[in-house]
Amino acid sequence: MQTEFLIQIKDLKASIDNKEILKGLTLEVKPGEIHAIMGPNGSGKSTLANVLTGREIATVTSGTVTFEGKNLLEMSPEERAREGIFLSFQYPIEIPGVSMVNFMKTAINEQRKHRGLEPLSASEFLRQMREKKELVEIDSALTNRSVNEGFSGGEKKKNEIFQMAMLEPRLALLDETDSGLDIDALRIVANGVNKIRRPDTSVIVITHYQRLLDYIVPDFVHVLYDGRIVKSGGPELALKLEERGYDWIRKEAEVSEETWTTDRK
Amino acid sequence: MDYRPEVISRLTELWEGKDAGVLQGSPDIYNRYRAEAFSEFLRLGIPDRKNEAYKYTNLEKSFGHRYEQYFSPKPDDFREAERFHCEVEDLDVWNMVLLNGFFPRGDEGLAMLPGGIWVGSMKAAARQFPSLVEKHYNKYARNENDGLVPLNTALASDGLFLYAPKNTVYTKPIQIVNLLHSTQDIFTQDRNLVVVEDGAQMSLLVCDHAISPQHYLTNTVTEVYVGCNARFEIIRVQNQHNDSGKITHTFIHQERDSFASSNNITLHGGLVRNATWHRLNGENAETHSYGLFLADKQQHIANFVKVDHAAPNCNSTQLFKGVLDDNASGAFNGRIMVHKDAQKTNAFQSSNSIILSDTARMDTKPQLEIYADDVKCSHGATVGQLDENALFYLRSRGIDAKEAKLMLMFGFAHDVIKNIPIEALRERIDNLVLMRLRGELSRCASCAIQCN
Repeated sequence: MQTEFLIQIKDLKASIDNKEILKGLTLEVKPGEIHAIMGPNGSGKSTLANVLTGREIATVTSGTVTFEGKNLLEMSPEERAREGIFLSFQYPIEIPGVSMVNFMKTAINEQRKHRGLEPLSASEFLRQMREKKELVEIDSALTNRSVNEGFSGGEKKKNEIFQMAMLEPRLALLDETDSGLDIDALRIVANGVNKIRRPDTSVIVITHYQRLLDYIVPDFVHVLYDGRIVKSGGPELALKLEERGYDWIRKEAEVSEETWTTDRK
Repeated sequence: MDYRPEVISRLTELWEGKDAGVLQGSPDIYNRYRAEAFSEFLRLGIPDRKNEAYKYTNLEKSFGHRYEQYFSPKPDDFREAERFHCEVEDLDVWNMVLLNGFFPRGDEGLAMLPGGIWVGSMKAAARQFPSLVEKHYNKYARNENDGLVPLNTALASDGLFLYAPKNTVYTKPIQIVNLLHSTQDIFTQDRNLVVVEDGAQMSLLVCDHAISPQHYLTNTVTEVYVGCNARFEIIRVQNQHNDSGKITHTFIHQERDSFASSNNITLHGGLVRNATWHRLNGENAETHSYGLFLADKQQHIANFVKVDHAAPNCNSTQLFKGVLDDNASGAFNGRIMVHKDAQKTNAFQSSNSIILSDTARMDTKPQLEIYADDVKCSHGATVGQLDENALFYLRSRGIDAKEAKLMLMFGFAHDVIKNIPIEALRERIDNLVLMRLRGELSRCASCAIQCN
């Protein structure tokens, strides 16, 4: 049976060093949907990105994550990537001595192997590199260098979107992709995402600020607070957060927490 | 029990029979230094770990072995070597094959390369350029507490001579393929001299291959003179095997406005110790010392560097990197010495190693001795594991953990390789390093003599 959801996260709990960070998070994303997850510092946004991509910093203590009907939590980071999950890193890593070309060629061919496809020919690979570079307006000189080495903050973020363009994921997680970008770079990065997205590509945008959502318009906005999604709505919720901050959410959440605790007693 | 007295008594026997034996027909120009050198060797002995420069290197594994023969070449020995062809595609070089450090047909005269560079055996050099050899031979090598240097001076019968007269430029690299090949376990010593006169340029690639599985021990001394405004580059690629020991002492002496760089790439070897001495003897000279090694099993790879800033306004860098797995051990001992008058010196040193197993070991010892007051010197040493964040980054793009580790190690190594000035060679060495990291590099790789 074809599942209706691309990814289903149910009652997910995860901790770092025995401290519970995600405290029962539930989120369902259908193919082609864009979800924004907003929340104050320390609410668990980055932990969610870590758990979904298989980084072993956080330990999942309970809950399930199903991706296209498969148990995501059993997969290694590389298997998740090959299944079509892509994370745009908040802080992309510099890897001296590893060329962008070699990195992308290896990544693409590993994914193709996973899908039972032959490796790309050199000319086809270069053609794709060229095409995708134009799409995300990344300087050609950068892709001739080592991965992220000596790139500015904006160039690193563009490079993440370039990799997304090359790898054509089913689900893209954009972790604070807007942080540290000036308005021009933000527009280029956001438009890049829009241009490379196919109709069935889903996106989860993790962000502090509303401004990225002017360009990547979400179908749903969720507020993550203290390890749980405490409020969901449409794009208007993001505007409201931008205007009023997170305090009213905090109050609402604490009230409901009390009510909930009282109810249980 | 100390293994050394027995080794020294065997060497003494060799010394006493030298005139009818290993040193038969050796030119006087070399012979005149031998007696003093041998007594110096007896005084200093084979270095042990009490010697500061050998603190982390135990030579017993190589020196304690009983070698059946002390190598001193005979014409017949070279037949195998002459069949060897080094297959380096796209590498435009002038190529020559040596056997156990010795020049085939050593008694013939020197050959002249286009541009006017002379190449041949030390024996032939003594005949053809006696005053030049006299001027430079044994002038730059220093014993400094290391008995192995005078041991070479006393007993090495021959070696390679390269001479670039004033203002000669040969744009192609000179490739020396040095084969270790024997049917017996051998101890071999070669003595080499390179003279690059004022305004001349030379680029030298030395590839050491062990092509038969015997035990080898090589103790090599190379003296290099780089004249005013001259340029010299040496790249060594060492690909031997676990039963071979390779000790090199390279002394690079530089005059004013000169440039020199040394790059030691150690892919494989049971015990390897490369000592590189740079002396900046004239103003505004520049020198670089690079090294990369990949060690596993029980291998030990040591790099010793000393840069002497004896004149003002000179620049030097040292960059050494190693990857160690299994029970391998490595050592880096790098010294910068800035003499009293060497003001405006810039001297930098960096040593970085990656340890892949719990039992591998790396010791680093940076030393700065500064007697001038207007200098910039720095040193840094790191020993660590692969960067977990970088590993995750690669895996998050679908690259499996094993391949990702390999890519990181390769990237780490490439930092040294990228300093090799010849592009085709850089690619070739990148490739060799990758093969080595994948475990695909055997001692027979790319060798034309299929001995099995």
